[in-house]
Amino acid sequence: MSKAKAGRLSLKLKSTMESVDEIEAAAEKLAVESGLDENERFHVAMAAREAAVNAVLHGNEYDPAKLVFASFENTGAALVMTIADQGKGLNPDSVPDPLAPENLLRGSGRGIFLIRSFMDEVHFRQLHPGTELTLVKQLAPAGKNS
Amino acid sequence: MALTIASREVNGVTVLDLSGRITLGEGSVQLRDAIRGLISKGQKNILLNMADVNYIDSSGLGELVSAFTTAKNQQAEVKLLKLTKKVHDLLQLTKLYTVFDIKDDEADAIASFK
Repeated sequence: MSKAKAGRLSLKLKSTMESVDEIEAAAEKLAVESGLDENERFHVAMAAREAAVNAVLHGNEYDPAKLVFASFENTGAALVMTIADQGKGLNPDSVPDPLAPENLLRGSGRGIFLIRSFMDEVHFRQLHPGTELTLVKQLAPAGKNS
Repeated sequence: MALTIASREVNGVTVLDLSGRITLGEGSVQLRDAIRGLISKGQKNILLNMADVNYIDSSGLGELVSAFTTAKNQQAEVKLLKLTKKVHDLLQLTKLYTVFDIKDDEADAIASFK
Protein backbone atom coordinates (compact mmCIF):
# COMPACT_ATOMS: atom_id res chain seq x y z
CA MET A 1 0.00 0.00 0.00
CA SER A 2 1.55 3.33 -0.98
CA LYS A 3 1.66 6.19 1.44
CA ALA A 4 0.54 9.75 0.67
CA LYS A 5 2.71 11.92 -1.58
CA ALA A 6 5.44 13.71 0.37
CA GLY A 7 7.77 16.59 -0.39
CA ARG A 8 10.99 16.22 -2.34
CA LEU A 9 14.30 15.92 -0.55
CA SER A 10 17.28 17.37 -2.37
CA LEU A 11 20.89 16.87 -1.32
CA LYS A 12 24.12 18.46 -2.48
CA LEU A 13 27.02 16.38 -1.24
CA LYS A 14 30.77 15.99 -1.41
CA SER A 15 32.37 13.12 -3.31
CA THR A 16 32.98 10.92 -0.27
CA MET A 17 31.90 7.56 1.08
CA GLU A 18 30.02 9.40 3.82
CA SER A 19 27.86 10.90 1.07
CA VAL A 20 27.19 7.42 -0.28
CA ASP A 21 25.97 6.40 3.19
CA GLU A 22 23.80 9.50 3.38
CA ILE A 23 22.20 8.78 0.02
CA GLU A 24 21.56 5.17 0.99
CA ALA A 25 19.96 6.28 4.25
CA ALA A 26 17.74 8.81 2.48
CA ALA A 27 16.59 6.15 0.03
CA GLU A 28 15.87 3.72 2.85
CA LYS A 29 13.82 6.37 4.66
CA LEU A 30 11.88 7.13 1.50
CA ALA A 31 11.17 3.43 1.01
CA VAL A 32 10.10 2.90 4.62
CA GLU A 33 7.75 5.88 4.56
CA SER A 34 6.20 4.69 1.31
CA GLY A 35 5.10 1.38 2.84
CA LEU A 36 7.22 -0.95 0.72
CA ASP A 37 7.91 -4.39 2.15
CA GLU A 38 11.32 -5.32 3.52
CA ASN A 39 12.56 -6.87 0.31
CA GLU A 40 11.56 -3.88 -1.81
CA ARG A 41 13.05 -1.46 0.72
CA PHE A 42 16.33 -3.33 0.49
CA HIS A 43 16.26 -3.13 -3.30
CA VAL A 44 15.52 0.61 -3.34
CA ALA A 45 18.25 1.41 -0.82
CA MET A 46 20.77 -0.79 -2.56
CA ALA A 47 20.03 0.69 -5.98
CA ALA A 48 20.52 4.17 -4.57
CA ARG A 49 23.77 3.12 -2.92
CA GLU A 50 25.09 1.63 -6.15
CA ALA A 51 24.20 4.80 -8.06
CA ALA A 52 25.89 6.90 -5.38
CA VAL A 53 29.04 4.81 -5.52
CA ASN A 54 29.10 5.23 -9.29
CA ALA A 55 28.77 8.98 -8.88
CA VAL A 56 31.44 9.32 -6.20
CA LEU A 57 33.93 6.73 -7.37
CA HIS A 58 33.57 6.48 -11.16
CA GLY A 59 32.00 9.83 -11.97
CA ASN A 60 33.68 12.31 -9.65
CA GLU A 61 36.65 10.06 -8.77
CA TYR A 62 36.55 11.36 -5.18
CA ASP A 63 37.47 14.83 -6.50
CA PRO A 64 36.78 17.27 -3.64
CA ALA A 65 36.01 19.96 -6.21
CA LYS A 66 33.10 17.93 -7.61
CA LEU A 67 29.71 17.41 -6.04
CA VAL A 68 27.02 14.75 -6.04
CA PHE A 69 23.41 15.86 -6.34
CA ALA A 70 20.63 13.57 -5.16
CA SER A 71 16.87 13.93 -4.88
CA PHE A 72 14.20 11.70 -3.42
CA GLU A 73 10.47 11.94 -4.01
CA ASN A 74 7.33 9.92 -3.50
CA THR A 75 4.97 11.02 -6.27
CA GLY A 76 2.18 8.84 -4.95
CA ALA A 77 2.51 6.54 -7.93
CA ALA A 78 6.22 5.93 -7.63
CA LEU A 79 9.43 6.58 -5.77
CA VAL A 80 11.69 8.71 -7.92
CA MET A 81 15.36 9.16 -7.04
CA THR A 82 17.95 11.06 -9.02
CA ILE A 83 21.70 10.87 -8.44
CA ALA A 84 24.00 13.09 -10.50
CA ASP A 85 27.74 13.62 -10.65
CA GLN A 86 30.01 16.16 -12.32
CA GLY A 87 32.36 13.71 -13.95
CA LYS A 88 33.30 12.94 -17.50
CA GLY A 89 30.07 11.13 -18.28
CA LEU A 90 29.03 7.52 -18.49
CA ASN A 91 27.77 5.59 -21.49
CA PRO A 92 25.71 2.81 -19.92
CA ASP A 93 25.88 0.82 -23.13
CA SER A 94 29.64 0.59 -22.72
CA VAL A 95 29.41 -1.33 -19.46
CA PRO A 96 30.15 -5.02 -20.10
CA ASP A 97 27.43 -7.52 -19.27
CA PRO A 98 28.47 -8.97 -15.90
CA LEU A 99 26.48 -12.13 -16.57
CA ALA A 100 28.41 -12.98 -19.72
CA PRO A 101 30.63 -15.99 -19.06
CA GLU A 102 33.78 -14.05 -19.95
CA ASN A 103 32.89 -11.37 -17.39
CA LEU A 104 31.65 -13.51 -14.53
CA LEU A 105 34.98 -13.46 -12.70
CA ARG A 106 35.57 -9.73 -13.08
CA GLY A 107 36.18 -7.92 -9.82
CA SER A 108 33.85 -5.06 -10.71
CA GLY A 109 31.09 -3.99 -13.09
CA ARG A 110 27.92 -5.23 -11.40
CA GLY A 111 26.57 -1.94 -10.07
CA ILE A 112 24.45 -0.85 -13.02
CA PHE A 113 23.18 -4.38 -13.49
CA LEU A 114 21.97 -4.43 -9.87
CA ILE A 115 20.34 -1.01 -10.26
CA ARG A 116 18.45 -2.20 -13.33
CA SER A 117 17.47 -5.42 -11.59
CA PHE A 118 16.04 -3.68 -8.55
CA MET A 119 14.27 -0.66 -10.05
CA ASP A 120 11.30 -0.54 -12.46
CA GLU A 121 12.84 2.22 -14.59
CA VAL A 122 16.41 3.49 -14.91
CA HIS A 123 17.22 6.51 -17.05
CA PHE A 124 20.61 8.00 -17.86
CA ARG A 125 20.99 11.64 -18.82
CA GLN A 126 24.27 13.22 -19.86
CA LEU A 127 24.71 16.61 -18.20
CA HIS A 128 27.96 17.73 -19.87
CA PRO A 129 29.67 17.51 -17.56
CA GLY A 130 28.41 14.63 -15.55
CA THR A 131 25.73 11.98 -15.63
CA GLU A 132 22.34 11.89 -13.93
CA LEU A 133 20.63 8.62 -13.09
CA THR A 134 16.90 8.57 -12.46
CA LEU A 135 15.66 5.51 -10.58
CA VAL A 136 11.95 4.78 -10.44
CA LYS A 137 10.11 2.25 -8.27
CA GLN A 138 6.41 1.91 -8.97
CA LEU A 139 4.14 1.82 -5.93
CA ALA A 140 1.09 -0.39 -5.63
CA PRO A 141 -2.18 1.61 -5.77
CA ALA A 142 -3.74 2.35 -2.37
CA GLY A 143 -6.02 -0.43 -1.19
CA LYS A 144 -4.15 -3.21 -2.98
CA ASN A 145 -1.76 -5.58 -1.32
CA SER A 146 1.88 -4.84 -2.27
CA MET B 1 27.71 -1.63 10.91
CA ALA B 2 31.34 -2.04 9.77
CA LEU B 3 32.77 -5.45 8.97
CA THR B 4 34.41 -7.44 11.76
CA ILE B 5 36.50 -10.52 11.04
CA ALA B 6 37.38 -13.24 13.55
CA SER B 7 39.72 -16.03 12.58
CA ARG B 8 39.92 -19.62 13.86
CA GLU B 9 41.46 -22.87 12.71
CA VAL B 10 39.49 -26.09 12.36
CA ASN B 11 41.19 -29.23 11.02
CA GLY B 12 43.60 -27.30 8.81
CA VAL B 13 40.94 -24.89 7.56
CA THR B 14 40.99 -21.21 8.44
CA VAL B 15 37.46 -20.09 9.18
CA LEU B 16 36.87 -16.36 8.92
CA ASP B 17 33.75 -15.41 10.85
CA LEU B 18 32.49 -12.29 9.13
CA SER B 19 29.97 -9.94 10.70
CA GLY B 20 28.42 -6.78 9.30
CA ARG B 21 28.53 -5.26 5.83
CA ILE B 22 30.91 -6.01 2.98
CA THR B 23 30.81 -2.75 1.03
CA LEU B 24 33.08 -0.44 -0.91
CA GLY B 25 35.65 1.03 1.43
CA GLU B 26 36.67 -0.33 4.78
CA GLY B 27 34.73 -3.61 4.69
CA SER B 28 35.90 -4.80 1.31
CA VAL B 29 39.50 -3.75 2.03
CA GLN B 30 39.49 -5.64 5.33
CA LEU B 31 38.26 -8.78 3.63
CA ARG B 32 40.79 -8.48 0.83
CA ASP B 33 43.66 -7.98 3.27
CA ALA B 34 42.57 -10.87 5.47
CA ILE B 35 42.36 -13.36 2.62
CA ARG B 36 45.51 -12.25 0.86
CA GLY B 37 47.34 -12.35 4.17
CA LEU B 38 46.31 -15.95 4.72
CA ILE B 39 47.26 -17.00 1.21
CA SER B 40 50.64 -15.27 1.45
CA LYS B 41 51.33 -17.31 4.60
CA GLY B 42 50.59 -20.50 2.72
CA GLN B 43 47.07 -21.19 3.96
CA LYS B 44 45.30 -23.19 1.24
CA ASN B 45 41.89 -23.75 2.83
CA ILE B 46 39.76 -20.73 3.68
CA LEU B 47 36.12 -20.81 4.71
CA LEU B 48 34.17 -17.56 4.88
CA ASN B 49 31.38 -17.83 7.44
CA MET B 50 28.78 -15.42 6.09
CA ALA B 51 26.04 -16.14 8.65
CA ASP B 52 26.28 -12.63 10.09
CA VAL B 53 26.85 -10.73 6.86
CA ASN B 54 23.64 -8.80 6.45
CA TYR B 55 24.62 -6.70 3.46
CA ILE B 56 26.98 -6.85 0.50
CA ASP B 57 27.16 -4.38 -2.36
CA SER B 58 28.59 -4.83 -5.83
CA SER B 59 32.06 -3.96 -4.56
CA GLY B 60 31.74 -6.61 -1.88
CA LEU B 61 30.70 -9.12 -4.52
CA GLY B 62 33.76 -8.10 -6.49
CA GLU B 63 35.97 -8.74 -3.47
CA LEU B 64 34.51 -12.23 -3.05
CA VAL B 65 35.25 -12.92 -6.70
CA SER B 66 38.77 -11.52 -6.37
CA ALA B 67 39.33 -13.69 -3.32
CA PHE B 68 38.19 -16.73 -5.28
CA THR B 69 40.47 -16.04 -8.24
CA THR B 70 43.46 -15.05 -6.09
CA ALA B 71 43.11 -18.27 -4.13
CA LYS B 72 42.70 -20.36 -7.25
CA ASN B 73 45.82 -18.83 -8.78
CA GLN B 74 47.73 -19.84 -5.65
CA GLN B 75 46.29 -23.36 -5.56
CA ALA B 76 44.18 -22.39 -2.56
CA GLU B 77 40.43 -22.62 -2.03
CA VAL B 78 37.91 -20.12 -0.70
CA LYS B 79 34.45 -21.45 0.12
CA LEU B 80 31.36 -19.76 1.52
CA LEU B 81 29.29 -20.88 4.49
CA LYS B 82 25.74 -20.03 5.60
CA LEU B 83 24.66 -17.25 3.27
CA THR B 84 21.88 -15.01 4.52
CA LYS B 85 18.88 -14.78 2.22
CA LYS B 86 19.85 -11.35 0.90
CA VAL B 87 23.39 -12.43 0.05
CA HIS B 88 22.13 -15.72 -1.38
CA ASP B 89 19.70 -13.87 -3.64
CA LEU B 90 22.41 -11.46 -4.81
CA LEU B 91 24.75 -14.31 -5.69
CA GLN B 92 21.98 -16.00 -7.62
CA LEU B 93 21.01 -12.80 -9.43
CA THR B 94 24.60 -12.16 -10.50
CA LYS B 95 25.17 -15.85 -11.37
CA LEU B 96 27.99 -15.97 -8.85
CA TYR B 97 26.16 -18.80 -7.13
CA THR B 98 27.58 -21.04 -9.84
CA VAL B 99 31.13 -19.88 -9.16
CA PHE B 100 31.48 -20.53 -5.46
CA ASP B 101 31.31 -23.72 -3.43
CA ILE B 102 28.61 -22.78 -0.90
CA LYS B 103 27.83 -24.80 2.20
CA ASP B 104 25.09 -24.63 4.83
CA ASP B 105 26.82 -26.75 7.47
CA GLU B 106 30.25 -25.98 8.91
CA ALA B 107 31.27 -29.59 9.50
CA ASP B 108 30.40 -30.50 5.94
CA ALA B 109 32.26 -27.43 4.70
CA ILE B 110 35.42 -28.31 6.64
CA ALA B 111 35.31 -31.89 5.39
CA SER B 112 34.94 -30.77 1.79
CA PHE B 113 38.38 -29.21 1.56
CA LYS B 114 40.91 -31.49 -0.11
